[in-house]
Amino acid sequence: MGTKTRPGSKVKLNSLSLDAKNYKQIAKKHEPSRNVFANCVRAFLAGGVICVIGQAVQEFFKAVFDMTEREAANPTVAVMIILSIILTSMGVYDKIAQWAGAGSAVPVTGFANSMCSSALESRTEGLVLGVGANMFKLAGSVIVFGVVAAFIVGVIYAIFGIQVRHL
Amino acid sequence: MLIGSQTWEFSSKPAIIGSSAVVGPDEGKGPLAADFDYVFDNLELGETTWEKAERKLLEHAGSIAIMQAGISKEQLQYFVGGDLMNQIISASFAARTFGAPYLGVFGACSTSMESLALASLMVDSGNAGYVLAGTASHNCTVEKQFRYPTEYGSQKPPTAQYTVTGSGCAVVSAKGSGPRVTHATIGKIQDLGISDPFNMGAAMAPAAADTIVAHFRDTGKTPQDYDLIVTGDLAAVGLPIVKDILKQDGTFMDQTDFQDCGLMIYDRGKQPYVFAGGSGCGCSAVVTYGHILKRIQKGDLNRVLIVATGALLSPLSYQQGESIPCIAHAVAIEKEGL
Repeated sequence: MGTKTRPGSKVKLNSLSLDAKNYKQIAKKHEPSRNVFANCVRAFLAGGVICVIGQAVQEFFKAVFDMTEREAANPTVAVMIILSIILTSMGVYDKIAQWAGAGSAVPVTGFANSMCSSALESRTEGLVLGVGANMFKLAGSVIVFGVVAAFIVGVIYAIFGIQVRHL
Repeated sequence: MLIGSQTWEFSSKPAIIGSSAVVGPDEGKGPLAADFDYVFDNLELGETTWEKAERKLLEHAGSIAIMQAGISKEQLQYFVGGDLMNQIISASFAARTFGAPYLGVFGACSTSMESLALASLMVDSGNAGYVLAGTASHNCTVEKQFRYPTEYGSQKPPTAQYTVTGSGCAVVSAKGSGPRVTHATIGKIQDLGISDPFNMGAAMAPAAADTIVAHFRDTGKTPQDYDLIVTGDLAAVGLPIVKDILKQDGTFMDQTDFQDCGLMIYDRGKQPYVFAGGSGCGCSAVVTYGHILKRIQKGDLNRVLIVATGALLSPLSYQQGESIPCIAHAVAIEKEGL
């Protein structure tokens, strides 16, 4: 986009003539730089901390309720989702996310945040057409492409006859 | 009267006999807090939806402006207003409360000056005695409509802007005392291919530059003729771009005080969550009707040019990959009795 010519896509001032191409260069010059490295470090730290908390919860279930690792997985995910929803409802999660970036978006807590925030936002439009219809507005695409990816991987496994071993 | 190609000169110099600026909590923490007529300490404003809260801002600002003008609601002949919501519901629903004949306008964040220019034209041409011009925006309604749910955890880039929660209204009249509206330059749509909705400043800068140049060309004025020239909501990214473009073009804005409402309304050092600065319909409206008009009345400023900028995108248009068409309308206001 951008360099495509459209009617009136030139600005003629007194002596200066701007088009999409030379304007983009001017605009770029004034754009504050984004620190990709710092963002990566923050994402790594935040994502890591969330995973450590998750691990601690799992260990708790294993130790206290005498569960196996596999049995403890589901309640662990449930606890992480609840924590995320509490933080979202309190208006804290979006502030964490501004600092953490992908670190808080990628884990299951980010998925829960996308659903909870959409549900909160559309609450005023009613339970059915509001919350029900909009809850998956952001999370829906994760599910769609997750299923598509799983299907493709499944086909590859089937063709190459790889044995799938469950835990 | 039309002068040049796109500027109206109001020979009767309609007066702004009443004005008001009503804001939310974040604007109340900013450097202009003392100039606002009313500061709400929460975003809900006691309403059940964000949309109702936005409407309340406009109703509140409208009634204060009418009160300040010293007229009754029944004397108001027209209301010209708009906002950022789909089908400009805030302005239309507020018009239901005002009860005056109503013209709904949409110019995104340039609505403040679009409505003031139209109101002044109606008064100057003798077609109205008292016209209310106003607009409002609310941070949460705009986030909800144009971006993500307010509580969604997405990282915003440093070019992002923070929508002002606030409403500004003015009563324009053929007689009475108050700052005078002398000119209005109606802008052309400019689109130089910026398609990032998180970089509105860069998208709107060419429109602001074009309108400023057109204003000086049409009126024969120079930047020196104004004590203050402000753009609407170009913020930290857009304002330097306009300065740069105008300098290259030979319009020397350093001869005057050239600022931006989006930068004036918040203290970016103390309020880092505003990123590049303020935006939204309310931004230029509350800075103009709250801060700038008060400075004119105090005698601090004689002539001011307000260039409100608007990004005319919709959530649909940018999802379909379209670039952002932008506009800027300039209104010149001067002290009474000059």
